[in-house]
Amino acid sequence: MRRLGPDDDPDRLYTVTGGRSRAADDRTLDLVTLIVSECEPAPGMQSEHVRILAMCRRPVAVVEVSAELRMPVSVVRILLSDLLDTGKVTARHPRPVTQAHLPDTDLLKEVLDALHRL
Amino acid sequence: MHSTASETERAGAAAGAPAQDAAASRTPLRATADNGLKIVIVGGFGVGKTTMVRSVSEIRPLSTEETMTRAGVGVDDPTGVEAKSTTTVAFDFGRISVNDSAVLYLFGAPGQERFWFLWDRLFSGTLGAVVLVDTRRLDDSWYAIDRLEAHGMPFIVARNDFGGPQHSPEQVREALDLSPDIPLIDCDARDRESAKTVLITLVDHLYALSVQETAP
Repeated sequence: MRRLGPDDDPDRLYTVTGGRSRAADDRTLDLVTLIVSECEPAPGMQSEHVRILAMCRRPVAVVEVSAELRMPVSVVRILLSDLLDTGKVTARHPRPVTQAHLPDTDLLKEVLDALHRL
Repeated sequence: MHSTASETERAGAAAGAPAQDAAASRTPLRATADNGLKIVIVGGFGVGKTTMVRSVSEIRPLSTEETMTRAGVGVDDPTGVEAKSTTTVAFDFGRISVNDSAVLYLFGAPGQERFWFLWDRLFSGTLGAVVLVDTRRLDDSWYAIDRLEAHGMPFIVARNDFGGPQHSPEQVREALDLSPDIPLIDCDARDRESAKTVLITLVDHLYALSVQETAP
């Protein structure tokens, strides 16, 4: 395993994404959108897709996929968009929270309870 | 290629990235998890952000990065070569399962100026933020506090105890130009109970704001 660093070879990331810098719907994948596999890896799939499908048998956040693949979040969003487009994974999006509209008090109570239990 | 890989390893080590096999150490989420929540711990270099994440996270903190390219703004370069700039921001994170549905992700994010144009992209929808400060380097925190206020992001300030000269809370509040309604507490980021208290203080603050907002 290696971690992507500032000196890493950009050609590899270019190849992984087929040269695309941005998928059409990448903004809809939040850091904490949870990804779930809907099928098993199959022969002939791109190796990163295979790893994602194996990793996401239980829900995994986009940012965790990024950390485990050791690729920037922007690259992982593109890989995930491919899998979403073909129905191989599904995405569970976070419930929207905006600054003008704080999360409801019930949810905050649940968070408080979880923190007290730590 | 080999030299590239070893340089990468060094870069990872220098950034303090844990050299673990992430997949092996990962505790899976519940199959029913469907609502990711975010809290961001922001502060200057070495202030203890990752330490605090580690103190409360149910997984060992992981690291990743986001790279963004933007067109140069106000760049007057006749060659056009530097018309775009690429910024890479590395950040650590951990998580706390809340219930069958919700899971809270804690992000440790750098507070430097060059990082802030990524804020909307990375941290929109964040519940709130903890500004972690080192009283020996208070000026590292001014910019983060200013930006959080500009973003309308609720936050608290936690002073990590590095054993330096003691300042009263009033002195710190004054030095940071912090309004009276923003909680300020002391903590030891290495200590689980203390780190818990910081997060509880933030969520209590969010709760109070939420009740205020929904009050008739």
